[in-house]
Amino acid sequence: MLRIDAHPTHTSKCGKYRLRAGKPLPFGATIVPGGVNFSIYSRQAANCELVLFQKHAAQPCAIIEFPEEFRIGNVFAMVVFDLDYEEIEYGFRIDGPFIPQEGHRFDKTRILMDPYAKNIGGRDVWGEKSNWEDIYQHRARICFDDFDWESDHPLEVPIEDLIIYEMHVRGFTKHPSSGVKHPGTFAGILAKIPYLKKLGISCVELMPIHEFDEFENSRVSPATGKLLMNYWGYSNVGFFAPKAGYAATGKFGMQVDEFKNLVKQLHKNGIEVILDVVFNHTAEGNERGPYISYRGIDNKTYYLLTPDGYYFNFSGCGNTLNCNNPIVRNMILDCLRYWAADYHVDGFRFDLASILGRDQNGAPMHNPPLLETLAFDPILGKCKLIAEAWDAGGLYQVGSFPAWGRWAEWNGKYRDDIRKFLKGDLGTVGAMAQRLQGSPDLYSWEKRGSTASINFITAHDGFTLMDMVSYNYKHNEANGENNCDGSNDNDSWNCGWEGETSDPGINRLRVKQIKNAVAMLLVSQGTPMILAGDEMCNTQWGNNNAYCQDNEISWVDWGLLAKNQEIFEFFRKMIAFRNAHPVLRSNGHLQNRDYMGSGFADITWHGTKAWNADWSINSRTLAFMLCGRHAKGGQVDDNTIYVAMNMHWEMHGFELPKLPHGMLWHVFANTDAEPPHDIWEVQEEKNIENQAEFLVGPRSIVILVGK
Amino acid sequence: MESKFSVDYKDCVAKIALCGRLDAVNAPVLQDELKKLMGSSVKDMVFYAKDLEYISSAGLRVIIFAKQKVGVDAKVYLVGAQEAVLSVVKMSGLDNFMFIQETYDE
Repeated sequence: MLRIDAHPTHTSKCGKYRLRAGKPLPFGATIVPGGVNFSIYSRQAANCELVLFQKHAAQPCAIIEFPEEFRIGNVFAMVVFDLDYEEIEYGFRIDGPFIPQEGHRFDKTRILMDPYAKNIGGRDVWGEKSNWEDIYQHRARICFDDFDWESDHPLEVPIEDLIIYEMHVRGFTKHPSSGVKHPGTFAGILAKIPYLKKLGISCVELMPIHEFDEFENSRVSPATGKLLMNYWGYSNVGFFAPKAGYAATGKFGMQVDEFKNLVKQLHKNGIEVILDVVFNHTAEGNERGPYISYRGIDNKTYYLLTPDGYYFNFSGCGNTLNCNNPIVRNMILDCLRYWAADYHVDGFRFDLASILGRDQNGAPMHNPPLLETLAFDPILGKCKLIAEAWDAGGLYQVGSFPAWGRWAEWNGKYRDDIRKFLKGDLGTVGAMAQRLQGSPDLYSWEKRGSTASINFITAHDGFTLMDMVSYNYKHNEANGENNCDGSNDNDSWNCGWEGETSDPGINRLRVKQIKNAVAMLLVSQGTPMILAGDEMCNTQWGNNNAYCQDNEISWVDWGLLAKNQEIFEFFRKMIAFRNAHPVLRSNGHLQNRDYMGSGFADITWHGTKAWNADWSINSRTLAFMLCGRHAKGGQVDDNTIYVAMNMHWEMHGFELPKLPHGMLWHVFANTDAEPPHDIWEVQEEKNIENQAEFLVGPRSIVILVGK
Repeated sequence: MESKFSVDYKDCVAKIALCGRLDAVNAPVLQDELKKLMGSSVKDMVFYAKDLEYISSAGLRVIIFAKQKVGVDAKVYLVGAQEAVLSVVKMSGLDNFMFIQETYDE
């Protein structure tokens, strides 16, 4: 079909460019027949100019004013014909009032990035210093939205069947020991897919991959003399563009294709992709921060402002995105839909998600429209939505995050209670019973099921697993903040010596504690999340807040894999065990009753005496049995599984519940035993002679399979 | 180096010689050339890339277009590509449907 609106009607004032009134939707830059459609919203703007650069050029090659007749409502829209869209960078200059006390900060001298930019240049190669005098630092580029997906489709694995693996794109393969051709990039992850498959995880959760500026707040550490960077990247420049510096092809501006290919190949290998998204603030900081985009386009729309025009700071990062303003809400929705539809991502983890539930004055809402919109959005309908259910303004909503049956949460209470029990704290067995069942105490009141709980013991924020058993205290001196940053509440235990040691007894105990932690994580109801590198005992040498460390402190050291093969094998087999046993992956909460007529309740509690758990405050032992007939609410048949946990420093005999006639207990894992007797392959569990009692070693866990 | 290309079709084999840059500026021209092969029974589609210095997103899309529209049943070869071009091809996932080799023997 021949379009009759694919020809210019206007010429730019300079006479060089042919123009036509554009379409207001979609926002951003869109390739249309013969040209590019540019569309941008600003409620308070007096006028708007499109600024075009040749790629990397210091000065613009054209400044084209939007003719007044090209404005529709509060949207400026224009088609520019005959652009070499691969070689063009574009921005906007917008005139309007500068009255900070009323929230307006227009400055027509600034060149502003498109909030809907799908491809952003300016930091094309990670760590490559830019020209700081450049008048346009983060440059919007035009992007193809087609990709050869073939038959790819988001995998839609039920969330309770996932095993999530949280990683930093750069940190995962940047260490020289990774052995990949393109370290620290999407291509690096691509090269490690066989490793991920061997480990057995089924989902990678990527720390922020949206364009950010690694040089934001960069400085030299007074403690180490090394350059500190914005390494984690929880500070968005643009919400729609993948970070160029994370792509080996970023220097060619091809990060979009490279990341889409990674998603496609992960899917081919049965691995989902969840993105960590940061909608609580932007990289523009407070009053003293730079003009990148939003501030100069419509400050009052995009940010939460105090009555006298200062920035609210619920994020701890200088500003707070005005998430429940309808314009911003729509931008967030457009953004998530774009990643779901155009990148085929499987879900999102929302950083400091409680901010998303604050109103325009910062007060928490009962039914936040943004969260409700996301819960019911048709395009996001099968996406996983995971909240970090707290913010830096003191709002803590674990167990009470507005969910509409759709939202899951990072379960911070799971982390805390498991850590306390693991190190032998008293008064923890009651809480443990809740955590092992998917935290019904937090979620069952709203009938959210165990699928609401993302269980984790470690995450990027905090100690690595190795450090959790090696340090009592954080050691963040290298961050250059006098060790004042990072959490002091780690519930960690160093096993007798702070930091690395050659003491074989302490090192053995640490190995055992790591195995205990992994065992508990992978037999808990809910969705487990593992921190990348924990399976090879990666250390940050006690740094529990490595947000600024782009170096060996935070990079995964693949040299540890050979050294700690025992731990890797334990992880691998525990993951295989979880994947093999649906009884560990219930969707709803367990009912503590026998609704299948099997003779056992779905879950039963035991201790050193069978059927008699010690719930007293002095208890450090707990055992439970999951009846295989009740797997997945009784819909599938599985083995019966018994787990005995002894976090006391003395050995204890655990009396075993008697199995029905014809069934026997087999040992799958025993963290007190040395390899190869510490863990078995699925289906190769070892028969045990004494079916009446099992001696569980000090600070040890035993997992038995009844079949 | 001047960016140009030639398309030669004989005995069910399409030979496309690429040279210089293949980007948004000249990709449409190549695409138009390849469109002419639609309807012919292409068995092998061979991109000679020894003298290709740079391929952009738009350039890659022409190759995908060729596979999808011209040679659905054809084998696509990328022959003699330089390292820079090869990296881009691999990282954007095109190596999955192309045979990447040093030479092409008929």
